[in-house]
Amino acid sequence: MTLAPDNPRLTTQINGGDTLISLTGDWITPEDDGGTTATAALFERKDLKAITFDSRRLGRWDSSLLVFLSEVRYAAVPRSIRVDDSGVPDAARQLLALLPKQAAPTAAAPRQPPWIEHLGLRAMAQWSETLAVTELVGGQLLQTGAAVLGRARMRRVDFLACMYDAGIAALPMVALVNVLVGAILAFVGAIELRRFGADIYIANLVGLAQVREMAAVMTAIVMSGRTGGAYAAEIASMQGSNELDALRVLGIPVQDYLVLPRVMALTLMTPILYLYGAAIGIFGGFVVAVSMLNISPELFIAQTRGAVTMPQVLFGLTKSLAFGALIALAGCRLGLKAGRSATDVGHAATSAVVVSIIGIIMLDAVFAVCANAVNL
Amino acid sequence: MDSEHKEPVLRVQGLAIGYGGQDVQHDVSFDVKRGSIFAIMGPSGCGKSTLLKALIGLLRPTAGAVHFGARDYWSLDQAHRDDCGRCFGVLFQGGALWSSMTAAENVALPLQMFTKLGASAIDALVQLKLSLVGLDSGRASMPADLSGGMHQRVGLARALALDPHILFLDEPSAGLDPIAAKRFDDLVLQLRAGFGVTVVMVSHELPSLFGICDDGVFLDAATHTAIAHGAPATLRDSCDNPTVHAFMKRERPAVNEAPA
Repeated sequence: MTLAPDNPRLTTQINGGDTLISLTGDWITPEDDGGTTATAALFERKDLKAITFDSRRLGRWDSSLLVFLSEVRYAAVPRSIRVDDSGVPDAARQLLALLPKQAAPTAAAPRQPPWIEHLGLRAMAQWSETLAVTELVGGQLLQTGAAVLGRARMRRVDFLACMYDAGIAALPMVALVNVLVGAILAFVGAIELRRFGADIYIANLVGLAQVREMAAVMTAIVMSGRTGGAYAAEIASMQGSNELDALRVLGIPVQDYLVLPRVMALTLMTPILYLYGAAIGIFGGFVVAVSMLNISPELFIAQTRGAVTMPQVLFGLTKSLAFGALIALAGCRLGLKAGRSATDVGHAATSAVVVSIIGIIMLDAVFAVCANAVNL
Repeated sequence: MDSEHKEPVLRVQGLAIGYGGQDVQHDVSFDVKRGSIFAIMGPSGCGKSTLLKALIGLLRPTAGAVHFGARDYWSLDQAHRDDCGRCFGVLFQGGALWSSMTAAENVALPLQMFTKLGASAIDALVQLKLSLVGLDSGRASMPADLSGGMHQRVGLARALALDPHILFLDEPSAGLDPIAAKRFDDLVLQLRAGFGVTVVMVSHELPSLFGICDDGVFLDAATHTAIAHGAPATLRDSCDNPTVHAFMKRERPAVNEAPA
């Protein structure tokens, strides 16, 4: 009797309660699902007592034979059917001996906590995260004081490297973004102002928008993508290769050694980049206004000097200082919090950028409300 | 044994390997016989892992040839090389599991990519491979939650996924305790006996080398070439070369180190 007509590799002879399974031909894992084994049909007979094998006509074989033999064995155990595998090739029997005697229990689905427990766990996680962030911010403030007095345990060379990376290395990108934003502002302003014959106020628009808002926000967004994400990824991958543990064991505080140079460098450099960005943004607007909108250069400069006052610049500087600190702290915190796998590094970098950008916009809104309150 | 079985399954001829114009090893030749466990030995930094990279298609040798059976691996085009690559499995140092997948998914991926089997057939093969390497728990765990020994086992199961003819092992027992290392060695022996697979392993763990390897090549860091061929135990007992002798007996070399 052939058990499964679509499976030519297997024939069975039934003699009372004893079944002899003859394995024939090649048992090589098929390219597709054509040759499934037929253990279910085999065990339909209720009077089955013993199973023996004959492999004299068996050709080449691989894991698919082992899968079949192990399925037979596992199906036989609960039915108290005796399986005599002496007819199986020696090599296959050796491999079968490596397998557990019974089928591994299928892993139970992880328990889903009830919603109230879930909510509580989330709240506790949020709370401990808030504490950790507070500790980090507080620690950084204290350490910055120590660093100014030359007492922090960080290397000057690291600090300089961070300054270079967060400063000079970022110049081209900051310049490109800001010059284009300035030019776009000039074009947008021209559409409306022209209708009133107020072309010259393009200079006011570009100058004010750049100094108060655009230079600070755009520079911060560029820095969060390029530097904040890099901080998170770098610290997270150090976590993965046990570098942070090596620092901790030596008693070198991670906060001093890794976080402080980055936070100080980015907090110092973002305002400088802002000043540069604001200037180059105004230049972008100037080029568009003079070359395409027929405004005289002298007039543009005079108008800009009238519109952009010192308090406006200080307002922008304060904002970018806050943005820089936010980006660096978010990047470092998310890097420190990350797990140890490659996926965790990606998550840390992504969430550092997302948190920074959302934080920048939210902080900017707070600044806008405050500025309105003091009539700036 | 018929003549096909006497042909070496892997033949390396006059191989030179290196990075950036500088050869780490040159003029390395050896044959790996079917069904043998072949050791690539040598001190740290002599280029064992670099040689392995040239054998498994990750680094093009600067000279020489690697033959799998009748096929000259590096003279094939990329598609044929990939095809050839499916006949061997590689266990990388530390397992190199994909960290975003569970242990079982790590083993399943090669099957999903290179066969048209259905999910239940793949699952049966995955469970079989994981049982063969003795991973009875933690199959649904992420690699980050597995111990070093378990990483190695899952890595071995993944290397076995497509029923390879040759198994390449890079420092398989590094980082394992002596008992786990011995158990791993036994497992390699059992898999060789069962599947008839040929094993090429890079190692400098002496107990493993003496315990399971029946052939090998010794790479020297000073002369940058192979200085001895044969089973590790034989080299230990009868090789006259002072470097090999010192390595096998765990002694300080009697000769001076080569200038850097």
